[in-house]
Amino acid sequence: MSTRSKAGRTGARGRRGGADRVREGGAALNVFSHAFLVLWAVMAAAPLIWVAITALRTSGDILGDPMGLPSSPHWQNFANAWTEAHIGQYAVNSLIVLAGSLTGTMLLGSMAAYVIARFTFPGNRFVFLLFAGGMMFPVILALVPLFAVMENFGLLDTRAGLIVAYIAYSLPFTTFFLTSFFRTLPTGVQEAAMVDGASHTRTFFQIMLPMAKPGLVSIGIFNFLGQWNQYLLPLLLNNENETSYVLPQGLASLAVAQGYRGDWGALFAGLTIAMVPVLVVYAVFQRQVQAGLTAGALK
Amino acid sequence: MSTDKRPARPPHLLLFLAAAVLPPRFTPESVRYDRRYRTLDKYRFIAGFLAIPLAFYAVFVVSPFLQAIYYAFTDWSGGPVANFIGFDNFVKMWNDERFWDSTVTSLTLLVVAPVVTLVLGMFFAYMITAGGRHRRGQAIAGVAGSSLYKVVYFFPQVLSVAIVAVVWGRVFNTNAGLINGGLNSLGIKGPAWLGGEYGLALIATLTVICWSFVGFYVVLFSAAMGAIPKDIHEAALLDGAGRGTTFFRVTLPLIRDTVRTGWIYMGIQALDSFAIVLVMMPPHAMKVTPVFLYERFREGQFGYATAIGVVLLLLSVVFSLIVMRVGDRDRIEY
Repeated sequence: MSTRSKAGRTGARGRRGGADRVREGGAALNVFSHAFLVLWAVMAAAPLIWVAITALRTSGDILGDPMGLPSSPHWQNFANAWTEAHIGQYAVNSLIVLAGSLTGTMLLGSMAAYVIARFTFPGNRFVFLLFAGGMMFPVILALVPLFAVMENFGLLDTRAGLIVAYIAYSLPFTTFFLTSFFRTLPTGVQEAAMVDGASHTRTFFQIMLPMAKPGLVSIGIFNFLGQWNQYLLPLLLNNENETSYVLPQGLASLAVAQGYRGDWGALFAGLTIAMVPVLVVYAVFQRQVQAGLTAGALK
Repeated sequence: MSTDKRPARPPHLLLFLAAAVLPPRFTPESVRYDRRYRTLDKYRFIAGFLAIPLAFYAVFVVSPFLQAIYYAFTDWSGGPVANFIGFDNFVKMWNDERFWDSTVTSLTLLVVAPVVTLVLGMFFAYMITAGGRHRRGQAIAGVAGSSLYKVVYFFPQVLSVAIVAVVWGRVFNTNAGLINGGLNSLGIKGPAWLGGEYGLALIATLTVICWSFVGFYVVLFSAAMGAIPKDIHEAALLDGAGRGTTFFRVTLPLIRDTVRTGWIYMGIQALDSFAIVLVMMPPHAMKVTPVFLYERFREGQFGYATAIGVVLLLLSVVFSLIVMRVGDRDRIEY
C-alpha cells in the first residue's frame, strides 16, 4: 500500500499529482492485467489453432501424439473431408437453405416491422407483443408439436421445410429489432413520397428500406450467423436423409462416425473447412458482427 | 394519414371496388384523392404486408407453443390419439430418477455458468476499457491492442455450438485430446474428462459454456462501460479512488442494467445447453434436461417430452424473475 501513502502526499499537489500516482500504481496492474488478457486470448484461440494444425496430420500421428506438429502437410485430409465425408455436400446444403431463409427472414421481418412501426391500426400493439413475446420461449418447448406440424404440411426432411422453420423462428427478434429501428426514421421523407404519388409499397421498397440499411445490416448479420450455425432445427426437421444434412449437423454426425472409424484427420479437416470461412468473414466485418450480435442484449 | 370515418354513402361504389382490387397505378383519379379510398388503401397495404409474416409465425411458432402446453397433459405418442391424462406426466417426471439427474445438472449450470462467465467477462472488459497505462490528461484508458483482444475473445461466438461441441469433444478426448496430450508431456496421466466422473464432466461442460460466452460479455460490457461519461471516472480519480474502488463503487452500479440483462440471457443459455452436451458427451455420460427431453421425443414419448419442455419454461421464467429482483433499485441516468 505504499502507493496510497504516497497519494496522500502528492494529493495536495492537485490534479497533476493524482495523475502521477496512478501512473506508478498503474504500471504493476498493467502488467498483471495484460498477463490475464493474453492468457485468455491464448485460451480462446488454442482449441481452434490446434484443430487447424492437426488437420494437416495423419490420423496415426494424431492418435500417437496429439500435441505434435505436422511432419509434412497432409493435404489428403481435406480431400477426404470434402468428398468422402460429404463436407462439400453439407456446405452446399447449408448455402441453399441460407439463401432462402435469410432472404425470406429479412423481407418478411422488415415488412411486418415497417407496418407495425409506421401505421396506426387496431391491433397494432397486439401484433407487436405477439412477435416480441416469441423471443421469450425456448425453441425446445415447441420441439414436439413443431415436428408434427411440419409432418402434416409434408415439409419434414425437405429444404423448404427447413427454410420455413428458420424464417418463422427468426421473425420474433428480427421484427422486434427492426420495429424499433423503423420508428427512429424521420416521418417527413415518407410523407413526401406519398404526396408525390408513390404507393405504400413503393415508398417501402424505394424510400424506407434504403434508409433502414444500418439496421438491416446489423440484423442481417445476426440472422446470417444464427441460421448458418443452426443445429437444433435441422436435427429435428431434417434428420432422415444423411445427404441433406447442413454443415453443423453433418460435422456432429461425422464426429460420432469418426469416433468408430478413427479417421481423425478428415474430421479435423472438416472442422477447419467449416470454421475458417466464418472466422475470416468475422475478422473482416468484426465491428458490424460484434454490434449485430450484442444488439439483442443491449435493446 | 387520416382515419376519419364519415357515415358511408360512397358515390362511386363500383369505382371503389375496382380500385380496391386493381394495382394502385390503375386507380382512377377521382377515387385516388378521396379520403375513404386512402383509408382503404392503407388497410389493404397493412393487411398485405402483415399477412405472410403473421401466417408463418402463427403456424410454425405460436401454434406449436400453444399445442405444447396442451400436449403436456396428454399421453400423445405421435399417433392420431392423444388422451388427456391430467398431471400424470408431471407425476411421472417427479418419480423419474433420470429426470432428476439431468435437472440437477441443468440447475447447477444455471447457477454457476452465469456467475463465472459474467465475472470473467466483466474483469476482461474493465481491463480492456480501464486497465491501460494513463496518458497525460486522461483519467481512463484502455490497454494497448484492446480491439484485438475483443476480436479474439469473440471468436467462439461466431461458430456453431455444434462445431464448438465437436472441437471440445476432441480437446477433452481421453487418449488423443489436447488437454491429456499436454498433461502427458508433463508426465501426468490425464483422466477421462467426459465419460468418467460426473464432476469432471460438469467442469468440462462449464468450461465450454464459459469459453463460448465470455467474449460476448467482454464486448457487451466494454460497450456499456465505454458509454459512461469520462468525467465520472475523472471525478473518482481526483477523489483518490483506486481502480478497485472505482470499479465497484462507480463502474458496476452504472452498468447494472446491462449486467442484469446479461445475467438472465446467460442463465437461459446455460439452461438450454442442449447442443453442447448432446454432441460433446458420450452417449451414456452426463445429461442435461433438454437432452433428456430430446431422448424421450426420439423414443416417441411425445406427451412426456412436451411436459419436460413446460418445466424448462417454468424454470427459465422463475430464474428471470429472481434475477430481476436482485438489486432492483432506481435506474441511474447519465
